[in-house]
Amino acid sequence: MKFLDNFREAIGSLLMNKMRSILTMLGIIIGIGAVIAIMTLGASMTAYITETMSGFGINNITVMMRAKTDEGPVLYMSTGGMNAYKDKDLITEEMMDGLKEEYPDEIKAFSVSEIIGNGQTEKGADYANLSLSGVNPEYITANNLTLIRGRFINDQDEAVGRRLAVVSDKLVSNIFGDENPLGQEIIIRTQNHIDNYTIVGVYEYSSGNNIMLGAVMASSSSDYDVSTDVYIPLSVAKKVMNTKGYSSFTVVTENGINSTEFSKTIESYFSKYYARNEDFGIGTFSMESTVSEITSMMSTISLAIAAIAAISLLVGGIGVMNIMIVSITERTREIGTRKALGATNGEIRMQFIVESVVICLVGGFIGIALGMALGAIGAALLGFTAKATVTSILLSVGVSSAIGVFFGFYPANKAAKMDPIDALRYE
Amino acid sequence: MADIITLKDIYKRYFIGKSNELEVIHGIGLSVAEGEFVSIVGESGSGKSTLMNIIGALDRPTEGTYFLDGVNVAALSQDELSLARKMKIGFVFQTFNLIGRISARANVELPMTYARMPRKERQERAQHLLEIVGMGDRAKHQPNELSGGQKQRTAIARAMANDPAILLADEPTGALDSETGLKVLDIFRDLNKNHGKTVVLITHSNALAEHSDRIITLKDGVIIGERRGSADRGEDRGEGDAL
Repeated sequence: MKFLDNFREAIGSLLMNKMRSILTMLGIIIGIGAVIAIMTLGASMTAYITETMSGFGINNITVMMRAKTDEGPVLYMSTGGMNAYKDKDLITEEMMDGLKEEYPDEIKAFSVSEIIGNGQTEKGADYANLSLSGVNPEYITANNLTLIRGRFINDQDEAVGRRLAVVSDKLVSNIFGDENPLGQEIIIRTQNHIDNYTIVGVYEYSSGNNIMLGAVMASSSSDYDVSTDVYIPLSVAKKVMNTKGYSSFTVVTENGINSTEFSKTIESYFSKYYARNEDFGIGTFSMESTVSEITSMMSTISLAIAAIAAISLLVGGIGVMNIMIVSITERTREIGTRKALGATNGEIRMQFIVESVVICLVGGFIGIALGMALGAIGAALLGFTAKATVTSILLSVGVSSAIGVFFGFYPANKAAKMDPIDALRYE
Repeated sequence: MADIITLKDIYKRYFIGKSNELEVIHGIGLSVAEGEFVSIVGESGSGKSTLMNIIGALDRPTEGTYFLDGVNVAALSQDELSLARKMKIGFVFQTFNLIGRISARANVELPMTYARMPRKERQERAQHLLEIVGMGDRAKHQPNELSGGQKQRTAIARAMANDPAILLADEPTGALDSETGLKVLDIFRDLNKNHGKTVVLITHSNALAEHSDRIITLKDGVIIGERRGSADRGEDRGEGDAL
């Protein structure tokens, strides 16, 4: 008997007992559906997180001072300990230059910033909240800033120490409205300083590019009060703050460099400078490693949940086996007749395995559709774009066929081994 | 004509080597010529079912040789027995044994499916066979839409599917009223006379056996008598069309 004939017979026998077939499939449908739904949801979540985090710059490695008492990842470093640092603890330009000299092929640029503090600028009744930072020319590339008017801070500004500022479009609309902001002078008040700067450039504000992550939270208060970054030349900021070094800086790596590995290289480079420092060391943090950590964590979690859901597949498979045994007992005479008509044991076995596989595959396909629908609904509710994984679909088809073969084999073999004489006589 | 069935010193024992060992057939010898219509008659317990199972290659004798169309069935493996049943023997059962969820024609197709005949070809042949047994217009009906006689006609068409040498019928009229039974018997006679099929009819009824060329009577596992039937005396009414 050819495979197609087996397939036709299997479909016929399933249609014969529709209710029974559907109930048998239910276990497989629920099992596959649950697995697919969870995998879809997990994949959607991972894709969302990866996409969001990649916006911060996948080639960047943030190098930060960290208190040696802090054990956790740099990202979650307590800021309490940081306030206690002294000038000797800071990262110096000599250290950075040394790093660049040692790894010229890996490092594209350093992006350095010196935060002066939160402040405000006013014009008449209008005001804008801001966070004032000194940055070097590379800062714009490292942080994916989009300049919409004028220019960014350049090397000459740094060398001369020009009192210039690059501000956000948000600040411009608060203070100047439709007026051309370029060339205008603004007075910026921070906690300890009042200074005036000439605006040379305007960048596009997005909640993602604040220096301080805290500002993202602040953005939820009121749109007008949102604090945006104002960038001035690093050399100016250093003069204002009278600092001898940096608490952090960002390494922009060349394309194709594994940030996760290079982070370790950087840490070991700095360890020689900080070996004798009792309070501080250097930690690194890269988007790439964070994203891959989160991705692997997410896939582990969804895999674990999917594994639990897979237990229902086992139950479903046992259901299939049970119904196949019932079906074979009911069809004993048919099996005897088929054997009398010339069916070999192998052909009988194949017939029932195909039948079991068809039950499982049909159930599997319904389960995949159901699971994807559920996953998409779940993703939509959580605000992600639904992302079905091809792997999980292929896996489900494979798993349902495998269940069909595995749980169909015992009953099918039982049928194959029936004695035709006894089977024909069966009442 | 050459013998198509040759049984020599056939013994069949069950539960061999156990305390309840049972010998059902005690050394039967029997030959059936090609194109012959033979009845095997016996009461229940006479061993006729066991003998039928052996002739039908459903079972192997414990002892003795059975040549079916020149092949010693006693020495065949399971798969070879399947092949012998498929190609050489057409079974007709008392209880029809049609498969319920498929049409009459699909039932007739079944042995050809096992013989791996292409779909189109076997559909055409099944239709043709159903026409021979007078079931051409019922081909699409399911067995539960057919009368007993129609079911048995379908079963006979199915037995003819792979053009076997032997039709082996086990009480084919047992579940039918006598009038329908005679009509079914006519089909066997037609297939015997006009299509050259060897027919072996197993029955408990002497009256039914009368319609055959030769009647073999079985009792307690041995042949106790053999005589000519009425068909051999030129009383047959068979007529039919070309196969």
